[in-house]
Amino acid sequence: MNFKHKFVFLFPGLFVLIGILIFPIIFTIRLSFSGWNSYTPEMNFIGITNYIRLFTDDPRFWESFFRLSFLSVTTVILQYIIGFSLALMVWRDIKFKRFFRVMFLIPMMTTPVIMTVIWRTFFHESLGPVNDLLGTFGIGPKWLSDPATAKITVIIVEVWQWTPFMFLLLLAGLLSLPKEPFLAAAIDGASAFRKFVFVTFPLMAPISIGAIIIRLIEASKIMDTVFVLTSGGPGTATETSSFYIYIKGLREFQMGYAATLSFTYLVIMIISLTIIAKVLTKLMIKE
Amino acid sequence: MFVVAPFLWALSTSFKDFQSVNSKVTYIPWVDYEPSLEGWKVLIKSPAKGGVDIVEPYFNSIFVTCTASVISIVLGTLAAYALSRFTFKAGFVRNNDITFFFISQRIMPPIVLSIPFFIFLSTIGLLDSLIGLVVVYIVLLMPIAVWIMVDFFNRVPKELDETALIDGCNPYQAFYKVVLPNSIPGLIVAGMFCIIFGWIDFFFAFILTFTEVQLLPVKVVALNSSVTPWWSLSASALVSVAPLIIVAFIVERYLSKGNLSGALK
Repeated sequence: MNFKHKFVFLFPGLFVLIGILIFPIIFTIRLSFSGWNSYTPEMNFIGITNYIRLFTDDPRFWESFFRLSFLSVTTVILQYIIGFSLALMVWRDIKFKRFFRVMFLIPMMTTPVIMTVIWRTFFHESLGPVNDLLGTFGIGPKWLSDPATAKITVIIVEVWQWTPFMFLLLLAGLLSLPKEPFLAAAIDGASAFRKFVFVTFPLMAPISIGAIIIRLIEASKIMDTVFVLTSGGPGTATETSSFYIYIKGLREFQMGYAATLSFTYLVIMIISLTIIAKVLTKLMIKE
Repeated sequence: MFVVAPFLWALSTSFKDFQSVNSKVTYIPWVDYEPSLEGWKVLIKSPAKGGVDIVEPYFNSIFVTCTASVISIVLGTLAAYALSRFTFKAGFVRNNDITFFFISQRIMPPIVLSIPFFIFLSTIGLLDSLIGLVVVYIVLLMPIAVWIMVDFFNRVPKELDETALIDGCNPYQAFYKVVLPNSIPGLIVAGMFCIIFGWIDFFFAFILTFTEVQLLPVKVVALNSSVTPWWSLSASALVSVAPLIIVAFIVERYLSKGNLSGALK
């Protein structure tokens, strides 16, 4: 089927999206070559000064970037493991299956920032329930004010918030698997463990890759949680790239430099996610 | 347990007052502390009397989320239909590249868009307005709509629209009268996802609005500022989280029916 009407269907959406996006992207690139800040709020041209500054004189950005990579990879791995086990659990016919499914979906439906506000009171060092309960064992970690544990807190909250999404994608995948391989395995008398390793997991590989990549994309945008939970603190212990750009751009109003940062960040993101996608596909499909 | 713990804590906190929050950690009403309705009362009081006006942000949130979702779904569905049924060629660009272009917008970190949008919207005077936010949200939501709908249309048999065309419908009628009615489950799932991702956004709402227009998440987080009234904070958080729990039930229903299954491939 091929006729002129096809454009009528495609173009409204395509052009609206391009129309909304084209300006910001071109503007960001142009802005990144300017020295726009609160003293000189104008579009002058200062060449690649900003880029030189970024690559030679800004360890904070690179630190925040590695921190972001660490946080997103850790959370996604945890989400995958937990999400997969939960999905396997409710995939079979167990009692209250539907109740558990809805339950595991709920965190995803809640607004991250609002839940983070709750989490903040939850992890409050003297008035929160976590330390109160841990206190009976005589320990009271400083959840929010110690650089190492603050990272753990962010990870816990992120895992809580987004495991359901992983769970949803994986469960949808599990439900769409064909039945024959499982019957065959059952006839061969395979144990549950062997069934998982040799049947379920390989069948799920393409879906797993999809889910992991989607989650990595979303995780690379961690911002809300950090913003409310720790504001990047203590010090810069939980500062991610987005948050750093936010500080430079919309707090210190170094718009030009922030544009440089965000454009570089976007390019790195696209390249690294493409590589990750390729590598994952190779690894998983081979196994 | 891990799932519900924060909700229970919030529910319990919302009935506390100043005394019971700040003295020591308490859990169960009547046993540990004397419950009070202070936290819930401020939600319905007018701002002048020291209440928190949550109604207006609530409607703003609903308005922005729904408008942006509807626009994204309409445009996204049309585009998805085109991508699923027709072949496009323009130089080296093929169908898959166009689909990827749509979906790849999700990669875009919000912060990258926020600065140009900030300047752009303030230039045309739409900063701090609902329309500005709707425009931004379309960028966030349309990729989701296209992603789910392309997949869905791929699984609606082509014979369906071919039969309609033979029966004398023009392509628009075929789409509107035959394909769409058969795609309602897909549309609902796409709609749910748009609503979820629209509702939970905080970042753009935070950066692009200030005082005139406030969305719910921003309002609730603003409560978090200086002196934290944990009780009203908890109450308002619960109120704002509640509507989407219904969405969880709907999503689960379609999940059980297998309508989400192919969305990943």
